Amino acid sequence: MSASAVHAGPRSLVVVGASLAGLRAVEAARKAGFTSRITLIGDEPRLPYDRPPLSKQMLAPDGPTDPVTFRGRAEFDELGVELLLGTPATGLDPDAKVVHAGGAEVPYDALVIATGAAACGLPGTEGLAGVHVLRTLDDARAVRRALDEGARTVVVGAGFIGSEVASAARKRGLPATVVEALPAPLVRSVGRELGAALSSLHTRNGTVLRCGQAVAAVEGADRIEGVRLTDGTVIGADLVVVGIGAMPRTEWLAGSGLPVDDGVVCDEFLGAGAPGVYAAGDVARWHNVLFDRSMRVEHWSAAAEQGARAARNAVAPEDLRPYSTVPYFWSDWYGSRIQFAGVAAEDGVEIVSGDPAGDHFVALYREGDRLTGVLTLNGQRHVMKYRRLIAQHARFDEAVAFARASATTAS
Amino acid sequence: MRIVLDRAKCTGIGICESLAPTVFEVDDRGELVVLAAEVPEGALDEVTEAVEGCPAMALRLEP
Ligand SMILES: Cc1cc2nc3c(=O)[nH]c(=O)nc-3n(C[C@H](O)[C@H](O)[C@H](O)COP(=O)(O)OP(=O)(O)OC[C@H]3O[C@@H](n4cnc5c(N)ncnc54)[C@H](O)[C@@H]3O)c2cc1C
Repeated sequence: MSASAVHAGPRSLVVVGASLAGLRAVEAARKAGFTSRITLIGDEPRLPYDRPPLSKQMLAPDGPTDPVTFRGRAEFDELGVELLLGTPATGLDPDAKVVHAGGAEVPYDALVIATGAAACGLPGTEGLAGVHVLRTLDDARAVRRALDEGARTVVVGAGFIGSEVASAARKRGLPATVVEALPAPLVRSVGRELGAALSSLHTRNGTVLRCGQAVAAVEGADRIEGVRLTDGTVIGADLVVVGIGAMPRTEWLAGSGLPVDDGVVCDEFLGAGAPGVYAAGDVARWHNVLFDRSMRVEHWSAAAEQGARAARNAVAPEDLRPYSTVPYFWSDWYGSRIQFAGVAAEDGVEIVSGDPAGDHFVALYREGDRLTGVLTLNGQRHVMKYRRLIAQHARFDEAVAFARASATTAS
Repeated sequence: MRIVLDRAKCTGIGICESLAPTVFEVDDRGELVVLAAEVPEGALDEVTEAVEGCPAMALRLEP
């Protein structure tokens, strides 16, 4: 008896977006016992590779220049996954169940959308040499080359990726400036007080931080020469890295009728509002039942987990399971590790270990009487314990008591 | 099943600890401590998830 005779599930899975979420999707489908055809469509002309190293190891003078790939071509063959790389998907027809890609129609029964996000550029700098975003391998190679040449570096936007670039420049002893349009950095991700604490890492490591300043103009005809701020200051620059956020890549879904609102809008099962269609990773906005709210996160672990969950739900719709998580990301600045889990609620923050002006702290966030978030600087031993407490709906005072108890056992 | 850690690859991000806290713990210096050499009874699912969820591909299971 063939498998299809016992279980009439989908007969073909198409995954659009060949990066972390897409890769985990095809792997999970196979692991779930899906034996029919799988096609992985990606517009980049290369095998899936890992992005976090692009702003970390790959910017070091002695760092790798080749990407960290997850699997070789032979391993995709072994998995029985047909790769359509260098092939942008240009449209989706959820009624006919076809994806338009590379001039062809690719039919599907189950579809996972994993097209990620694209970095926002700085308007008016198109075509100006020396100005880059940092999202792809080519971006990282260009930034690395400029650093190798000793570029004076200006980072636009005091977010995590830009801060990693500033840190890479300083590590080489190059002058670096971070320009932030808002009066305080990282307010949305970690709150005002701790945004200030984290960005003091810049000034402590010799990076100039200019907050409340937008880029009024860029100087240079073909190649960047400097950046003029709204207060008139001109900062000489050979390299400008724009880190002002990313936009979910939903442009190819225009006209498909799928609900899109800063990401593909999904339910708690990552279902995207059309039969057999799911979304995962940076492109997905889904209902996270753990916090009872709609979220879109641009975090490595969520992309990996959502990719796997979306594919399992897509190939086994009789066994739908929700995806919920305590969002988690890390970032490495100036040899320090920043880790954040949960949501940065504004009802209160308490430092339970260390000092925000120093090299180690653990901060807890509350919403009402519930623990909702934890931010650590060089607090690797702590962060996941609080992440678990957050997942267990711990009360804030319980978490503070836990912190006190672990402080006494640790010393 | 034996849990094998490649220290050269591990970056101490701690995703394994959040998935399988009985088996993995990151210490104060950011180094991963594997608390059990063998997968404990009943923990295969979570350890497998942790191995697969490692962003640095530093974990492996061996028979
Ligand atoms: C420089 C950098 C550093 C980072 N560092 C960290 C970190 O330290 N910690 C952390 O938690 N997270 C980090 N992240 C975030 C993490 O890498 C992302 O969350 C993750 O890559 C998301 O995976 P994804 O598969 O959803 O999307 P993506 O990685 O964006 O992949 C989407 C893929 O789909 C392709 N695509 C888009 N549209 C189409 C189309 N129409 N047709 C075909 N293909 C298409 C894209 O080209 C891309 O290859 C970092 C990201 C960057 C860029």
